[in-house]
Amino acid sequence: MQVALSIKDLQKTYANQLHALKGIDLQVEQGDFFALLGSNGAGKTTAIGIICGLLHKTHGNVKILGLDQDTHENEVKRLIGLMPQEFNFNPFEPVEEILINQAGFHGINKSVAKAQSDILLKKMELWDKRLDQAKSLSGGMKRRLMLARALIHQPKILILDEPTAGVDVEIRRSMWAYLKELNSEGMTIILTTHYLEEAESLCRNIAILNEGEVVEQTSMKKLLAKVSHQVLILESSSVLPKNITQEKFTCERLDDHSLQVVLESDTNITDVLQNLSNQGVSVDHVRSTQNRLETLFLCLTAKDD
Amino acid sequence: MWIAYKTIVIRDVLRFSRIWVQTIFPPIITTTLYLLIFGGLMGERIGQMQGIDYLHYIIPGIILMTVITNSYSNTVMSFFLSKFNHSIEELLVSPVPYWIILLGYTSGGVVRGFVVGCCVLITTSFFVEFEINDIGITFVTFLLTAILFSLAGFINAIYAKSFDDVTIVPTFILMPMTYLGGMFYSIDILPQFWQDVSKFNPIYYMVDSFRLGFLGVSTSDFWTSVSVLLIMIAILAIVSFYLLKKGVNIKT
Repeated sequence: MQVALSIKDLQKTYANQLHALKGIDLQVEQGDFFALLGSNGAGKTTAIGIICGLLHKTHGNVKILGLDQDTHENEVKRLIGLMPQEFNFNPFEPVEEILINQAGFHGINKSVAKAQSDILLKKMELWDKRLDQAKSLSGGMKRRLMLARALIHQPKILILDEPTAGVDVEIRRSMWAYLKELNSEGMTIILTTHYLEEAESLCRNIAILNEGEVVEQTSMKKLLAKVSHQVLILESSSVLPKNITQEKFTCERLDDHSLQVVLESDTNITDVLQNLSNQGVSVDHVRSTQNRLETLFLCLTAKDD
Repeated sequence: MWIAYKTIVIRDVLRFSRIWVQTIFPPIITTTLYLLIFGGLMGERIGQMQGIDYLHYIIPGIILMTVITNSYSNTVMSFFLSKFNHSIEELLVSPVPYWIILLGYTSGGVVRGFVVGCCVLITTSFFVEFEINDIGITFVTFLLTAILFSLAGFINAIYAKSFDDVTIVPTFILMPMTYLGGMFYSIDILPQFWQDVSKFNPIYYMVDSFRLGFLGVSTSDFWTSVSVLLIMIAILAIVSFYLLKKGVNIKT
């Protein structure tokens, strides 16, 4: 499998001496759906900015599909589509014009650009707004416009920086479905997001950045397998007994009808439910208090006090 | 590459055309006022300048002033706004060579200078009858002037960090240079010392050359004026390209 993105010892120090990237190494294979996670200020947007040519790097090497960014700047830009975190279009330009202009910057002639823009505007449910100024769009529509713009030149690698921030649940789900469709067609997608559920459900591989360093890079499956425990809330319609015997799990009675159970990785939920049933506790509902990836993320990015 | 160039130019032309009330209409009003006050009301009292009646004499200066201010303000506003709303990133992530970006924005400024210059010329024709003495000299001078000030506006936009920075240069440098460059008078009427000082003002050569093309009178040699303009264009083009490629105030 060819490597879509290869980053070696990438460093970035801003003029104010902020050391945003402290020598990161990353490798994303072609066709991957890759999550780049990290808390605010971890260096995600800086890394993306350097990859896409928006920021100068201080040191290191970036290669896109084997092409060195330093020697093949424009060829590399042709291969990448960027959907940035902040809105970065002229709000006074009509929606359709933004897409056709972006295609023009990539050297695509107007008739081809118009056809591609029509497809994307319909796909993003922006067709009715195509002649409106971009400033009149809602936040979610603006995000979809930026996704359409990132795709107008049919890039090989799509980089999404917080793509669904401020987007309602329904549209977020439809965007996820579309991104999965693009990925299944062979497009490499690199995603940063604060919605860890989004990364967990979409991405196959993951890297976690913390204070400018990669603290973890593995497959999503392997990472999630590292979760040592899970916290569940069990709810019962009948009043729970005051004393519950705990075997292979710990639990805490939250109120007369709710029980918090901490499940270790080697404990089976069926055994816990069976155990509780033997004690006369009938469980009506089970819910998780925390996303599994969220648990790990907090653990990996925790500051040592 | 040329599709990218065309896209930048068309986008810029559409930008200033959409806001024609702010970009094209005001120079027409200003020209009308200049012609009424300086030409019509005061002109007869002033008499002739270089053997030409004052109303005719100021026409080239007024048109060229319009070209200078519009070429400059188009590039400075267009590029500064694209930095301000971050839409410059649309170009930075695209495979557009830096010289095409520079050429595109400069061409946008030249087109605006040409459009507004023509509007002012048409407005003037309602007040006074005139014939252009040499269309070639007139057009070459217009073109070089528009390119020069589009480039100057581009450099201003690169350094500008606020809207104040966009207006300071036109107000405190460009406007005095334009007025003192012989727009409303011939430098022959100045004392020798100020005549010599005026020759360090590049706008003097533009106005003089434009007046030569328009009216057939001048105080300097045409080729000297063209050489001054070409040297200045070359300097500003190199500086603009260097600043853009280095990403000054664009890329951190």
